Amino acid sequence: MAGLEDLYREIILDHYRSPRNRGDLPTPPAYRVEGFNPLCGDEVVLYVDIDDAGRVADIKVDGQGCSISQSSASMMTAAVKGRTEAETRDLIRAFKAMMSIHERGLDGNGDGHGDSGPVAPDPAVDMGELEALRGVVKFPVRIKCATLSWNTLAEAFDQAGLDRPAE
Amino acid sequence: MTLDVASVKKDFPILERDLAGHRLVFLDSAASSQKPRAVLDAMDHYYETTHANVHRGVYTIAEEATQAYEAARARVARFIGAPSARGVVFTKNATEAINLVAHSYGRACLPPGKAVLLSEMEHHANLVPWLMLREERGVELRFLAVDDDGRLVLDDLDRQLDGVGLVSVTAMSNVLGTLNPIARIADAAHAAGAVVLVDAAQSVPHAVTDVAELGCDLMAFSAHKMCGPTGIGVLWGREELLESMPAFLGGGEMIRDVRLDGWTPNEIPWKFEAGTPPIAEAVGLGAAVDYLSGLGMEAVREHEVALTTHALSMLADRHGDDLRIFGPPDPHDRGGVLSFTYRDVHPHDLSQVLDSAGVCIRAGHHCARPLMRRLGVPATSRASFYVYNDEADVEALSDGLFAAADLFSI
Ligand SMILES: Cc1ncc(COP(=O)(O)O)c(C=O)c1O
Repeated sequence: MAGLEDLYREIILDHYRSPRNRGDLPTPPAYRVEGFNPLCGDEVVLYVDIDDAGRVADIKVDGQGCSISQSSASMMTAAVKGRTEAETRDLIRAFKAMMSIHERGLDGNGDGHGDSGPVAPDPAVDMGELEALRGVVKFPVRIKCATLSWNTLAEAFDQAGLDRPAE
Repeated sequence: MTLDVASVKKDFPILERDLAGHRLVFLDSAASSQKPRAVLDAMDHYYETTHANVHRGVYTIAEEATQAYEAARARVARFIGAPSARGVVFTKNATEAINLVAHSYGRACLPPGKAVLLSEMEHHANLVPWLMLREERGVELRFLAVDDDGRLVLDDLDRQLDGVGLVSVTAMSNVLGTLNPIARIADAAHAAGAVVLVDAAQSVPHAVTDVAELGCDLMAFSAHKMCGPTGIGVLWGREELLESMPAFLGGGEMIRDVRLDGWTPNEIPWKFEAGTPPIAEAVGLGAAVDYLSGLGMEAVREHEVALTTHALSMLADRHGDDLRIFGPPDPHDRGGVLSFTYRDVHPHDLSQVLDSAGVCIRAGHHCARPLMRRLGVPATSRASFYVYNDEADVEALSDGLFAAADLFSI
């Protein structure tokens, strides 16, 4: 059985107690995207300002939820501010890969027994503080809490992509 | 007769489990109860000595399997005060029992233009089948409101019943623990010409049940919440009513005759039991009913009232305003279910911290999202009691609350 300290690392608790980039941004120009976890009622609302160069000029988080969903959202905002869309998408992919150990089940790519060791980290992407969330994979029901804001951010980029005039 | 909890605990093998040095403190019986040895043994014994398909073979063990299956039906009938086993239909669970009524009665027997009356405190199992019926047939749905103490608002019941063809309410809320006055609601509903279905998933496991006293026409519950196995539930119905309702699922067992140009249904209750039924599960449910009857359902209820009374006052003493418990304040008005919020600690986090001490509680919306909206909270934590819980379990819960407060230091 994994211990609580594997889950509630000090960095995570710090982001939970003092969340970064909390609040909202005027829409437009910012995109507002909501993510919701029907299982636990966790909710994140992201405001993402994407500049002409496709960079995350500013990002804010609203909503409520457990320590994992809220700290993950907070750490995400700190990590992606100033990054380009391509960089951000790489980070989203790397983060979801880190969280994907148990998320196979019905997708048919697992052995049906869940635990089959960690996914190798993508050496090209520096996870920085986000590494602290790695312990979440030992608590499978919490994985969706950790990935909620990341999926929501991907949606914001999808929306932005749709809005951008075709070249 | 009072419950000897120390000896009851010994009947449940799972309670011997060690979780990283902690004993298992199981406080989630409202979701699903644990199983006593007697139930596990009865099912093993059935598979080891008797198993064959029912109502089909002429050979000895097939005959014995059929007898075991039908004997379980008779025991369930006695347990709920039903006049005969013919009114006891085995389903997959309470949810399927309610779906059966929504499909069969809702689509074929509900008079055109008549509404269905539900309440704001229903489990999704007693909401979604009716929302589906509304989508498909445009049937009007009405909802009894819930007051701030978690009770149904019944001041306006007669007016709300005007034009209603079916009432479906829970006997006990799985979130608030509220015990609803079913007999009173049923009387008023019958006076208005409506049929009454009771969602008894939370009440049958915890108190004496007598369908005549409740005055309902139909009643749904699940075996797995009452010491029985998963995979089997019950729809009880008044026989004339069940006879008037068309079959739900089609297949073997539920027919008398099949021709290429049509079919004729079997008699009740088999008319509603298509395909090979959950035979071992029925045997397990029969054993569960025997086990609970052995403890005495009055004693079970008394034990839970006493433990809930203790928990409410002890937790209030120790945690004061940090702890907000939902539902009726008087333990006699409620079952052994405590939904609460604790400081600003999210229910998921609380449940995680408690888990690390071997304490199992539920966190989330408890399949009652409309009720959560009414309470104005996205989620709660829920501790629920059963025959094997005692004051030491409440103590473990209380300690876990302090531990969570320390960890999150808020
Ligand atoms: C009040 C109530 N109704 C219905 C159900 C559904 O029971 P099942 O999932 O066994 O069908 C539950 C179980 O959670 C319940 O608490």
